[in-house]
Amino acid sequence: MEPSELKRSKDSPNSDESTRRSSFPDEVLERVLSLLKSHRDRSSVSLVCKDWYNAERWSRTHVFIGNCYSVSPEIVARRFPKIRSVTLKGKPRFSDFNLVPENWGADIHAWLVVFAAKYPFLEELRLKRMAISDESLEFLAVSFPNFKALSLLSCDGFSTNGLAAIATHCKNLTELDIQENGIDDKGGSWLSCFPESFTSLEVLNFANLSSDINFDALERLVGRCKSMRVLKLNRSVSLEQLQRLLVNAPQLAELGTGSFSEELTFRQYVELESALSNCQNMHTLYGLWDAKGIYLPALYPVCTHLTFLNLSYAALRSDELAKLLAHCPRLKRLWVLDTVEDKGLEAVGLNCPLLEELRVFPADPFDEEIIHGVTEAGFVAVSFGCPRLHYVLYFCRQMTNAAVATIVQNCPDFTHFRLCIMNPGQPDYITNEPMDEAFGAVVKTCTKLQRLSVSGRLTDLTFEYIGRYAKNLETLSVAFAGSSDWGMQCVMGGCSKLRKLEIRDCPFGNAALLSGLEKYESMRSLWMSACNVTMNGCRLLAREMPRLNVEVMKEDGSDDSQADKVYVYRSIAGPRRDAPPSVLTL
Amino acid sequence: MENDLNLKATELRLGLPGSDEPERQMIPRPNKRTLSDIVSEGSRSTTEEDHQDTAPPAKVQIVGWPPVRSYRKNCLQGKKDEVEGGTGMYVKVSVDGAPYLRKIDLKVYRSYPQLLLALENMFKLTIGAYSEREGYNGSDYAPTYEDRDGDWMLVGDVPWEMFISSCKRLRIMKGSEARGLGCV
Repeated sequence: MEPSELKRSKDSPNSDESTRRSSFPDEVLERVLSLLKSHRDRSSVSLVCKDWYNAERWSRTHVFIGNCYSVSPEIVARRFPKIRSVTLKGKPRFSDFNLVPENWGADIHAWLVVFAAKYPFLEELRLKRMAISDESLEFLAVSFPNFKALSLLSCDGFSTNGLAAIATHCKNLTELDIQENGIDDKGGSWLSCFPESFTSLEVLNFANLSSDINFDALERLVGRCKSMRVLKLNRSVSLEQLQRLLVNAPQLAELGTGSFSEELTFRQYVELESALSNCQNMHTLYGLWDAKGIYLPALYPVCTHLTFLNLSYAALRSDELAKLLAHCPRLKRLWVLDTVEDKGLEAVGLNCPLLEELRVFPADPFDEEIIHGVTEAGFVAVSFGCPRLHYVLYFCRQMTNAAVATIVQNCPDFTHFRLCIMNPGQPDYITNEPMDEAFGAVVKTCTKLQRLSVSGRLTDLTFEYIGRYAKNLETLSVAFAGSSDWGMQCVMGGCSKLRKLEIRDCPFGNAALLSGLEKYESMRSLWMSACNVTMNGCRLLAREMPRLNVEVMKEDGSDDSQADKVYVYRSIAGPRRDAPPSVLTL
Repeated sequence: MENDLNLKATELRLGLPGSDEPERQMIPRPNKRTLSDIVSEGSRSTTEEDHQDTAPPAKVQIVGWPPVRSYRKNCLQGKKDEVEGGTGMYVKVSVDGAPYLRKIDLKVYRSYPQLLLALENMFKLTIGAYSEREGYNGSDYAPTYEDRDGDWMLVGDVPWEMFISSCKRLRIMKGSEARGLGCV
């Protein structure tokens, strides 16, 4: 095989030695390693010895980069010559909540330029929290003739014109997945840019976009793409139009409906129900904007084999949800709005014994006068009925320590526990004590816990518990919690597998920041904002740990010595050169 | 005390006469630390502030909290509790003296000020501020609506939710007729 011959002459100074060391030819090793998909396994493999490092890098086709600034595109291209698929993540997660300045960075363009030169056969690009312009999308569309899959999640900087370029030029496109982005929606004509000869699309998600698309163009597109298995429509597509699409695409596995609320005649309703019942492969349902309870029964034929139901855009009442869930016995993942209230969650516990993931989003997060939503009772009810629950994201306005203790007793297998008590620093509403014991129960009982988000009034005791018990914890989010540096020190000292730590509005200062000195190089990143960290503390960190990038973002009008927002991450690419003036690299 | 009562009587509010809306103030709750308290406190213990607050919460608007993605917030913006009439709540709007009527979607607005501003922009006129005693006195125009009973009512008297569930059409009255309404 050509590549390995080239490799031997370049990389091993003494070819006799290398043949003695490896017990079978490189080609075989590469073949074996090419079956490894997990990037963590591959990282481990590459550390075994030089031969394995080389075999691994030549056989790797997909690279995952969790922080785009931890490495440069040139370094990636040098190490991995045969990449066909790239996943890149950019901005810190708190940029989702407007805590990161506008022009912070994470621009994809420099990467695309390198990829165009080194990976002309690139097929897939998946981006999360990156900035991408229309020019970049056009460049992408024309530079990679084999390009197949584009997925953009929480990205910004582009408009529908960029999508038009992709639709026009990517003749082999199988996936176009546009999710939750800050997109400049200039109209729906991009969809009409797919040529009439184009038939390869398997995944189309444009639920993010609000403007009307040309329905005839969409209908023809769906009709001729016989392998389409994921179709997520935007709100502008009506129920009647949905029915017409489904008639031509009964093979769909995942469907995102458009608006689910127009007035239907009886005949139209029957036709919709019939079209849905033909979709025997459907396991995921999404969208359902403005869903009217009276039309939900049309979904019943599909519900029997549904495993993922995303109702987080449908403000359903508890009785409407209950009626629907009675038909969904196989549900594993459920996302809802808190309009379903505790009664709705009781129905979850009663009807969905196989449930593994539950996310409850607030319908009115900023309206203080709303007094309904869900409480601890709903969560407890789910835990009794769903012992397999291991992923939860729960927004509520009240919680108790006792309730959380019961919940984790019923569901000890939590891997992801994200609890958001929406009023910052709120105690147990019955005992008025801090919520320390709640999270103590979580970390003591749930030994497999990987991700934790804490909320409510919390003292350092919570962090003592976390440091002592959460030995598998990788991601921790903290807000408005803790009493002193000691809290963060416990976490930095105890959580050996910690990779991502994000903290806001906590009384942790320089002592806390510096207690993690040894740890940050084994982590992806640290975020601290509105804490007690000063510029001097950050400078000290930067000086002691030259392989870390320490970036400070200052707010207008703040004290010169305060480090308002700090972002620390390991990098082999050195300090970045594209930081805007508001970001100081120390 | 007497001064307070007088002020309350002439206060510009939207609500039923006699009802008392909790005031929205930008002051922190007394038993919670403000952001600046948290930052400057350092290691001060939380046990000092354990007394319970029973008054309705008056909160500081905190950036990025609760942690709900902007995308999700925008999606739910147009969403309100169910109002009969299917998607959108389009009602006819007539303005005295205008050659043709317009239609607006009441579901797009969340409060009277938003609605009135939109009407002012749409028809290029000034409606002015509502007061319980004087109606829209002080301007040439008064917004009125026809309710389910067929009666013509002054916009602003009832709570917003009640208004949008009972409003069938809008009419912006002009001139002496409008001024007269304020003195009923």
